[in-house]
Amino acid sequence: MVHLIDRRLNGKNKSAINRERFLRRFKGQIKEAVTRAVKGRSITDIDSGEKVSIPVKDVSEPVFGHARGGVWETVHPGNKEYLQGDHIDRPEEGGGGGGSGKASQDGEGEDDFVFELSREEFLNFFFDDLELPNLVKTQLTATQAFKNVRAGYSTDGTPSNIDVVRSLKGALGRRIALTAGPMARLNEAREELDVLLERSDEDDPAVRALREEIHSLKTRIIGIPFIDPFDLRYSNRVKQPRPHTQAVMFCVMDVSGSMDEQKKDTAKRFFILLYLFLTRAYEKIEVVFVRHHTQAQEVNEHDFFHARDTGGTVVSSALKLVDQIITERYPTNDWNIYVAQASDGDNWDSDSLVCKDLLLGHILPMVQYYAYIEITEGEPQNLWMEYEKVRDACAQFAMRKIQSPADIYPVFRDLFKKNTAAA
Amino acid sequence: MTDTIASPSSAKRKRAKRPKGPLSTGSEWTFELIDKYHNEIRRVAEDFELDTYPNQLEIITAEQMMDAYASVGMPVMYHHWSYGKHFLQTEKGYKRGQMGLAYEIVINSNPCISYLMEENSITMQALVIAHAAFGHNSFFKGNYLFRAWTDASAIIDYLVFARHYIRQCEERYGVDAVEELLDSCHALMNYGVDRYKRPPKLSVEEERIRQSERESYLQSQVNDLWRTLPRRAEEAEKTEQRRFPPEPQENLLYFIEKYAPLLEPWQREVVRIVRKVAQYFYPQRQTQVMNEGWATFWHYTIMNRLYDEGLLSDGAIMEFLHSHTNVVYQPPVTSRYYSGINPYALGFAMYTDIKRICEHPTEEDRHWFPDLAGTAWRPALEFAMKNFKDESFIAQYLSPKLIRDFRLFAVKDDDQEAQLEVSAIHNEDGYRDIRRKLADQYNLGNREPNIQVWEVNVRGDRALTLRHVQNHRRPLANTVHEVLKHIARLWGFSVKLESCDPEGKVILTYECKLEKRHGG
Repeated sequence: MVHLIDRRLNGKNKSAINRERFLRRFKGQIKEAVTRAVKGRSITDIDSGEKVSIPVKDVSEPVFGHARGGVWETVHPGNKEYLQGDHIDRPEEGGGGGGSGKASQDGEGEDDFVFELSREEFLNFFFDDLELPNLVKTQLTATQAFKNVRAGYSTDGTPSNIDVVRSLKGALGRRIALTAGPMARLNEAREELDVLLERSDEDDPAVRALREEIHSLKTRIIGIPFIDPFDLRYSNRVKQPRPHTQAVMFCVMDVSGSMDEQKKDTAKRFFILLYLFLTRAYEKIEVVFVRHHTQAQEVNEHDFFHARDTGGTVVSSALKLVDQIITERYPTNDWNIYVAQASDGDNWDSDSLVCKDLLLGHILPMVQYYAYIEITEGEPQNLWMEYEKVRDACAQFAMRKIQSPADIYPVFRDLFKKNTAAA
Repeated sequence: MTDTIASPSSAKRKRAKRPKGPLSTGSEWTFELIDKYHNEIRRVAEDFELDTYPNQLEIITAEQMMDAYASVGMPVMYHHWSYGKHFLQTEKGYKRGQMGLAYEIVINSNPCISYLMEENSITMQALVIAHAAFGHNSFFKGNYLFRAWTDASAIIDYLVFARHYIRQCEERYGVDAVEELLDSCHALMNYGVDRYKRPPKLSVEEERIRQSERESYLQSQVNDLWRTLPRRAEEAEKTEQRRFPPEPQENLLYFIEKYAPLLEPWQREVVRIVRKVAQYFYPQRQTQVMNEGWATFWHYTIMNRLYDEGLLSDGAIMEFLHSHTNVVYQPPVTSRYYSGINPYALGFAMYTDIKRICEHPTEEDRHWFPDLAGTAWRPALEFAMKNFKDESFIAQYLSPKLIRDFRLFAVKDDDQEAQLEVSAIHNEDGYRDIRRKLADQYNLGNREPNIQVWEVNVRGDRALTLRHVQNHRRPLANTVHEVLKHIARLWGFSVKLESCDPEGKVILTYECKLEKRHGG
């Protein structure tokens, strides 16, 4: 009978650790390649792998070997016209012909060792020294989410948690302990009885007494229960608090007439980057799109980026809506809240003050992080001024000015840079 | 009389004619089918008296096959970045369609583990079972090198032990320290083998028990060697005996494990693990032609027998022959696909040829192989499989007919001559020459530079001197500088490599200097 094993369902990533070791070893080179890639390609398709090449000499594993030179005598198959003693011109280097078989083995002769980084790995390098600001918030540690973990055994619990092996082990021990005394006496009594019976007969009172004792010992031993309620052991589990891992991200964008297609595109890239970063940190992420001109509304992604609107700008309308959505749908003890706002800086003069108050009074206390980018080439306007006050007052508020798509990546790095001083 | 002779063959014929039809007609495989095929193949193999370890067949996916490739084919292996590199290489090649994966991997263990890829058709699975699970398997069990050098029943356990130990070291001393050490050991892997001494058998329990003892013992040995307190009285007597080691040592890793002055006990253990793994693979490197040829011969013989018995359909045997001919194709030297002699082709041809010489010898064969011609082929083949390695196998069995069939010729490339010279061809004068040269070509000792430990400066700067004896004036490749760095890292002090001619005159010296460590 052959041993036939289906291994297909076993993990296929047996080499994952080796792969990770490889990446770890060439971290420097890979990181450089990643940075180059990020500069080179459009950020919208950042969400894919990348080809990385490393100079072959860096990844080589040297061993002693022979170089060409000296005398080599090689046997080859397929002789057509040669006779013994013929002389042949030396073939060109690397030619597959008359040279040694070994020479042409690595015929590809690539200078670089090229391989693909998976999307995950690529982003890992991309985000390597970024970290969510204020990630360790009291809110995070003081959550109500729990998970069950094993914690040894206990003497009570529900029947479904009985640990059979453990319980029977206990029972066995108890039986041995309790029967040891009577058992020893029983054996003694039996021997005495044998000795007595040789000298006297059944009617001897001593024999009778012994028989009775043996009987009572036997009943005592039988009386000891095989398993007793206090032998039972239950698997014990305790609840351990678990930080919740869901986040909601608000994308707030000005879609008034002054925001042209190019500005929207820049904003989109910014949102995508934030989103990507959140996917790294959280298991579950919801995205809420809020667009506004003079009025704000919650829309789906397509409308968010593509529907065209015109008109003036009242930023506070969007902030009010965000505030309302948070209170209604995303209680802060269950959700990590992030807001990313993009605008060209236009706003009704009197509205900017309202925005500042809304932010400081309502929104900022509820969110982990609030990022504002202003896509403009002009002078800062009143919204920027007011927001600067907010930034000075509140640590989780950040703002930057962006002029072209090329600025996004550095800004992003800046926004989420590891802030050791603040931590 | 006629009856008794007729009865066995008629029994055979009866079995062959049993109205059984082919085992399968489609190309899909199922577990039942594989089991059925395996049983039939085993029956045929037993008919041919193939002696094998029990078989364990494992179905795996292409990705798992790549995983297996990456860790040198072993089901368990310690972790190292170079395996990750190999994985990436294989994956790249496979995804671009530059290379197919091997149909099978077989592990020299007891039970013998063969991997079958799920993509294979049932005919291919049968081919793989015949090739790996019976061909290679019986070779592992029979060949003297494998018997002497490897212990099939202990290897998996030992690798588990090794992986566990190395993981522990990583936890204790850091991934980087272990990685550096392994890098250096891998650079010397081919020099971690006793070529002439038979190694002791592996046993995991003993390994584990002895390992801690060994640590302290080894350390004490080392301490003794490097004792700095002078022993004057003895020393005066032994002035000329100071040379260490007394004789050159071929096993560099062993020497380092035992005598490197600065290695910690755990580092010595890691060196030992790499050495043991190298030793395990040593027979495989020496029996490529024989091993692959043997397996190919048997899959060919077994599959044909199954077909003769009517168990394989015509379609199946065509599919089989198609891949078989691919496997044993030898492109001529002028072809752009030529990359040396195909071990499958040569090995298969040689075993087939031995069988031919036994059964239908010509005059020439009787002259060249008087002991072989006309004897029973099966014992002759078994003997050839058991008692040789590639080098001696070719020296013994390569027949003039094969030399003609392959049209073998030898080319001499002397860098002091302007042109290459054809030194022998497949003619009466050349047979012996070609045979000897081809055998030499498979001699590991010629393929790898001959480098040995020459001397250690025990009383002075503790520098290690290695000696490379040039063979036919062949120089060392440039990697020598990098490898020396690795040796110096293991040795802890400067390392020198002298390249000398066969007379012992030093021609060239490479050196890797290490600053003396203070307060170590």
